[in-house]
Amino acid sequence: MAILQSEHRRDEEITPDRLLRDKPNSASGKVAVFQYLTAAVFVFLVSGFWKLQVQNPDVYSEAAERNRIKSTPILAPRGKILDRDGRVIVDNKASYSLLLNRDEIKPEHLPAIAEALQLDYSELAKKIRRMGNTPQIIIKDQLTRDEIAWVESHQDSETYPEMQLIKAWRRQYPQDGFAAHVAGYVGEISEAELDSPQFIDYHQGDIIGKDGLEREYDHTLRGVDGQQRVLVDNMGRERQTDTTQEAVPGKDLHTTIDLDLQAVAELSMEGKRGAVVALDPRNGEVLAMVSRPAFDPNKFTGRITRDDWNEIANDPHKPLMNRAIQAELAPGSTFKPITALAGLETGVIDATTQFHCPGGATFYGHYFGCWRKGGHGTVALHYGIEQSCDVFFYNVANRLGIDRLAQYAELAGFGHKTGIDLPNERESTMPSTRWKMRMFRQKWYAGETISVGIGQGAITVSPLELAAALGGLGVGGHWYQPHLVKTTPPKLLREGNFNPENVQQVVSGMYAVVNEGGTGHVAQLPNIKVCGKTGTAQLASNQVLKGTKLGQSMKDNAWFVGFAPMEGPQIVVATLFENGEHGQYAAPMVRDVMKAYFDKKARAAEAQNARLRPAGPRVDSKAAQPAMAALAVPGPGGGE
Amino acid sequence: MYRSLRDLDWPLLIVTLALCTLGVLQIYSATLGTKWEDAWWKQIVWVASGLVMMWVIATFDYHSLLGRVIYFYIGAVALLLTTAVIGNKVFGSTRWIHVAGFTLQTSEFVKIVLILLIAKYLTDIKAETLEWKDLAKLGGFVAIPMALVMKEPDLGTALTYLPILVCGILMAGLRWKYLLIIGSILLVTLPIGYHFLKPYQKDRLVSFIYPDRDPKGTGFQVIQSRIAVGNGGMWGRGAKESSQTHLGFLPVPHTDFIFSSFAEEHGFVGIVIALALYFLLIMQVVQNAQTATDKAGLYICMGVAALLLFHVLVNVGMVVGRMPITGIPLPLMSSGGSDTWSIFLMLGLVNSVRLRRFVN
Repeated sequence: MAILQSEHRRDEEITPDRLLRDKPNSASGKVAVFQYLTAAVFVFLVSGFWKLQVQNPDVYSEAAERNRIKSTPILAPRGKILDRDGRVIVDNKASYSLLLNRDEIKPEHLPAIAEALQLDYSELAKKIRRMGNTPQIIIKDQLTRDEIAWVESHQDSETYPEMQLIKAWRRQYPQDGFAAHVAGYVGEISEAELDSPQFIDYHQGDIIGKDGLEREYDHTLRGVDGQQRVLVDNMGRERQTDTTQEAVPGKDLHTTIDLDLQAVAELSMEGKRGAVVALDPRNGEVLAMVSRPAFDPNKFTGRITRDDWNEIANDPHKPLMNRAIQAELAPGSTFKPITALAGLETGVIDATTQFHCPGGATFYGHYFGCWRKGGHGTVALHYGIEQSCDVFFYNVANRLGIDRLAQYAELAGFGHKTGIDLPNERESTMPSTRWKMRMFRQKWYAGETISVGIGQGAITVSPLELAAALGGLGVGGHWYQPHLVKTTPPKLLREGNFNPENVQQVVSGMYAVVNEGGTGHVAQLPNIKVCGKTGTAQLASNQVLKGTKLGQSMKDNAWFVGFAPMEGPQIVVATLFENGEHGQYAAPMVRDVMKAYFDKKARAAEAQNARLRPAGPRVDSKAAQPAMAALAVPGPGGGE
Repeated sequence: MYRSLRDLDWPLLIVTLALCTLGVLQIYSATLGTKWEDAWWKQIVWVASGLVMMWVIATFDYHSLLGRVIYFYIGAVALLLTTAVIGNKVFGSTRWIHVAGFTLQTSEFVKIVLILLIAKYLTDIKAETLEWKDLAKLGGFVAIPMALVMKEPDLGTALTYLPILVCGILMAGLRWKYLLIIGSILLVTLPIGYHFLKPYQKDRLVSFIYPDRDPKGTGFQVIQSRIAVGNGGMWGRGAKESSQTHLGFLPVPHTDFIFSSFAEEHGFVGIVIALALYFLLIMQVVQNAQTATDKAGLYICMGVAALLLFHVLVNVGMVVGRMPITGIPLPLMSSGGSDTWSIFLMLGLVNSVRLRRFVN
């Protein structure tokens, strides 16, 4: 009874004053469980939204942005490289590149893409593994018409949606390696470069200057790539252009190179090995710089194949080497003007000091021969330079001693880099007691001085350094830093406070070399007072070349350095003709370049006169433009 | 006897209409500029007609419906069979039939019949707990339409029949021993059942667990939905401003994934408000179960509550990446006639139970 009562009471509590057909309240506990379960489900769901929307919303908003914004790089063209008159040496040509979008790359697509575009699959796969967070990577430049067609027909969302064609710029260099060493070349940035702090703002796949001016002035030439951002839908269809960040083109580089002179110098070195450098000794401007053999930088533009690279890099003639700044060779007799000036300035000789040349002389127990076995007889300074008498300069060097000789040579730039604005310049060697102690921990023997006096022995120099040294001597002892960019102000490196008469003595000797039956008569020019000096350097000191199997390698190197006009030189030209046997064979190149220089000046003056006196009698211009027309200068990049 | 509008469950109705309003607005925003642009006013038509159906059902005494449930059941099975024969094939699945200009998804209406059938069966049992025989019969009743719907194939809708059954059984009372046995049997048979799934269903399960394995394939919907939700952030991107929704990255942003687009446009704040409304909706249905005058009413209301909870859990869970993709709509918000109608019919049943509280 009590149980019934209590049960009745409970019924009343829950459904008071209601009649019951059965007892639904028996499930009330279970209903409560259901309510808790419902609450748990909602907590579970809300926590899910909390995690996505509140805890890290950036992850997803960025993902949403990646979804809808397709950004395509707009590649900035590199600056052009221009000559001193604004003529184009290195240009750009529009082309197409293929890039892959990281988010869409499927590894199974890569073999097919690599095959169609003739890329090395393993290299491509490696590159893609390394790309990290870069959203896109360019895998091929300069697509051919066929490749463009293939990409366009396969880049749909069903086939290879990761592919995207973009407009790019192809670097266009002059044909046949014209000015190749000066311009340098560009290539894809390497792993090592990427790791270096110098290239912190570069990215995988960027094109970077690898050598020459391209390297030295990469920051100037290089533009800033832009970006086109396009709103796309889920099918990749472009809905609207979002924002476009325009590319900033690289700045043009105005060089000091004169294309006319460069063309003549290039032609004069055709088929030879060596280098030609033409400078303006009054300010250090490089007017022409040729190194042969050359390479075709067009082969390097963009992503060179390994085979092409190996072919060029392993060529025994080293076409990549810029001999104008990297060939460190004994200057031979071209050093004699320096010895002469040192002798005059220190007073160990004067213009009348005579030595007897019987074809050789003995110093410190060693016999040193003169190049003319029969001897020159009694020789003073003027005749000694003109005939390049070795015995005369042996004696001068002997009187000077190595350190006084080195002092003057170093003033002229021997033993220093010129600091020209090109990468990888090598340093010349000027022996001295200090140098020998530092290098070999040995004392200097007086006998060693004798060979150095005629530019043999340990002394080495590059064509550029030699041109700068003798050009500076020609202008009376002012040595300017050679440079290739026009806007660089002339920088006086060293100055010799010389007696002008002493300089005059040496210069007149060099005039005799060309004009008074000396060793450099080939370099004569009508109406122009050309001064010069031949040099024939033995290769005995060049151990590297000695070991090679090249047939020519044991022939002597020929040098010629000339400047003109005698009073106030405006141009100095140095030529290295490797294995040219005798210095006089290097003289024609110097003559041609100088002729081009003065002919051009004459033409400019004539044009000036014609402008000033328009009504005056017309001067027959045929006589004034001889060589240039015949040379048919190959313009940069040809006429394509 | 007199039934007035005043006696309806007004809190339930207000919450329902609030959710329907959110739904219509979101459908409008999500379909702007797409081929479904007219879905929002169609949805208004569905909701309005649904309200009428709800009122009609509410005026019926649910006991008389329970008395005829076996005919409804036979009719439902026949309807599913008819669908299989003359139904429209859309997206590789035969779910719809044309009736008087409407395209109806028959499997949606089977839910109501099952709710009634299970309530009827459980009421008729006088014992305190269920025996194996009862479980087998109930299981059989549900298994027949489930099998037919799975055959369509429409795994998602077929699964929605289960919570009705499970909830009914648990409400009626099940011995712990039985519960344990059933639990262990399920644990063993589920992995075997996996092998009978269709390949695309397997893919969905796999991509639920590892969505990043194939981001452009089956994992696409999971990832894109998650991105849409996350993109909403705390306050949302604003109506019509959502990129995931409007650039087509969200699959079906007005039906199954409406909550993704809602989450993207209205953010966490909007989500909490919408989920709170669903919580109130279910709690209000449960409240009607508690105040029901008999067990039949309780079973009906709890069946509806369980079904709603299951829908919300699976759909919203899918949106937020916590449930595999099954393709079942979000009640009251998703655009669609059949499921909107079936929800209103169920709410009609709940109101019918409520109105009969006053009956002697």
